[in-house]
Amino acid sequence: MGVIRYFQQFFNRNGLVLSTLLLGAVSFWIVFLIVLPQVFMLDFSFRFNLPPADLGGPKDVYTLSNYEFLMFGSPNNPEPLNTVDLSVFLRTLLAAVFVTLFDLMLCYPIAFYLAKSAQGGYARLMVLSLIVPFWVNEILRAFAFRILFGSTGIINAFLIWTGLLSEPMDFIQADIALYAGLGYAYILLMIFPLYNAIESLDTNQIEAARDMGAPWWRIHWRVVIPFAKPGITSGCTMVFMLSAGALAAPQILGGPSSLWFTQIIYQWFNTGGNWPRGSAYAIVLLVTCIAFVLLMMRLFKVKLGAIGR
Amino acid sequence: MSAGVELDNVWVRFGEFVAARDVNIEIKGGEFFSFLGPSGCGKTTLLRTVSGFLEPSDGQVRIGGRNMAGIGPNRRPTALIFQNLALFPLMSVWENIAFALEVKGVSKTERRKRADELLELIALSGQGDKQVSELSGGQKQRVAIARALAAEPEVLLLDEPLSALDLKLRQHMRTELRTIQQRVGITFIYITHDQGEALTMSDHVAVMREGIVEQVADGNTIYDRPGTAFVASFVGENNLLPGHVIEVGDSHAVVSTDYGPVRARATAGGLTKGDEAYVFVRPESLKFKDDENSRFDNELDAAIVHEEFEGNLWQVYLALPDERRMTLSMVNDGRALSHPPGTGIKLGFDADLAVALPKGPLAAE
Repeated sequence: MGVIRYFQQFFNRNGLVLSTLLLGAVSFWIVFLIVLPQVFMLDFSFRFNLPPADLGGPKDVYTLSNYEFLMFGSPNNPEPLNTVDLSVFLRTLLAAVFVTLFDLMLCYPIAFYLAKSAQGGYARLMVLSLIVPFWVNEILRAFAFRILFGSTGIINAFLIWTGLLSEPMDFIQADIALYAGLGYAYILLMIFPLYNAIESLDTNQIEAARDMGAPWWRIHWRVVIPFAKPGITSGCTMVFMLSAGALAAPQILGGPSSLWFTQIIYQWFNTGGNWPRGSAYAIVLLVTCIAFVLLMMRLFKVKLGAIGR
Repeated sequence: MSAGVELDNVWVRFGEFVAARDVNIEIKGGEFFSFLGPSGCGKTTLLRTVSGFLEPSDGQVRIGGRNMAGIGPNRRPTALIFQNLALFPLMSVWENIAFALEVKGVSKTERRKRADELLELIALSGQGDKQVSELSGGQKQRVAIARALAAEPEVLLLDEPLSALDLKLRQHMRTELRTIQQRVGITFIYITHDQGEALTMSDHVAVMREGIVEQVADGNTIYDRPGTAFVASFVGENNLLPGHVIEVGDSHAVVSTDYGPVRARATAGGLTKGDEAYVFVRPESLKFKDDENSRFDNELDAAIVHEEFEGNLWQVYLALPDERRMTLSMVNDGRALSHPPGTGIKLGFDADLAVALPKGPLAAE
């Protein structure tokens, strides 16, 4: 009943035409762009990879074989588990956690400075210089990082010039370029939620804590960070989800030995030509990421609604 | 422990703007001292200078005789109560109160004990586990005081802390603040634009205008013997008669006004013959000259504009011959007053109840 009344009010408030347009747009967005693709992926992941002729035929039945493959590998795999894919999976999640923490540590001071210390024009200039690099295409940015971190790149040149290194270091092999690239790719998604949260904190509270003798770290620990927790959660969730699901940066900046889980998914879809298996891998990644985020939120006592703030 | 506060030739400048201009004030330890002035007069600036959030551009702030230059707010023996209180919304009431102790590294049981003692002092026993948002305005107010007292400051600074409360509560909190101050015995420095607050609570009041301290005195002196035209016009109601000095005596001066010569009290050396001057008369010092026998030092002709009955008082609005407005207030003694508007009437007041001051800036209406 409540739902019907809500929609009645919605139509009364916005008029028939506008209401239909708004509802239509939102429903289209949710159904066609979010729900349906995921449902098809889910359905796909439980099917065999059949030639087109067999689709819909007697062989086209549901199976868990794609998930089995991720767990145990092919039937003639001598090892008990599919160590290759599973280790890539775990490494991807760990690396995403690492990138998230790195971004949090990097962005918190910047966001705090922007929200509480920077003066008008200065703050605008800083925000602008944070945003402008993102006008450049993601892939171009990744290549730019590759050049910067290359053996003849400016970073190696600088380190050799200062005498810290005697010969160029292979940043790509060491995955440093990858982490830097991923970290940089999602920096704005961390800064803006943090900035929003910290900006709404009453500056008097910071001053009150200071007045009562608190050193700067305690002010952050007891006053600013608890207040900014929804912003921190929202920023961390986005950075974690997106870096776990990133493809371009690992493709371009990853070392020859470092495989990202999304690259495996990409291979199944593309070169492997096995969409069902790719779907199964993608579903596992998605579900694990969501579960991980929810677990973290439970651990840090953040409500799901707080993210939307 | 209470400490005195001294401001020595303190200037505070923000670029071109001067927020405090050569301020010299000595506040004794254990005193309730108020800064009173309209908004933008620089009183909050001075408070922030004492608490350490601002450094004076010039001059010196001393607390307990110690120069505070370069000492941050977290290392000064002061505690500030903010205008919006700035309680920490994510901490419980007792955690708020015990924050200063937490900073000092006091154990949790000891903190809780001290917080409970302070809750008792502010008559909120047993409310320690509540969230700040569950408290009423007056309770929040008292928690803010307890939180500041927990730091055991030698000087408590209060930045218009009552302005958010409704009238009844504000009047109640005045008495409460004064009681708390007397009980803990530390120096209170209080900022307000409300003269009622300043006069009822303070041992001494500094009246400020545009960064200048106009007068420092106890409440009685501020009201009865204002030192400048600004103080006379800002504190309480006052009637103003402009003119120029024609005679100066030991304690009185005669000012020639458009309504005849007026004799009023004047401080020696304040006025010289020929100076432009203002004579101020309080509404309660103005009297009707009802019969020919009553004699006053000064008399004026006026006409009734209208009368207002306020229960205990009658407010009578009058116009002088050139339409200058005057107000007379008299205690309701049971006699009904009713002069129809336009009635001509003779006013009188004694020279001792009027004050002549050099012409100067007035408080905005």
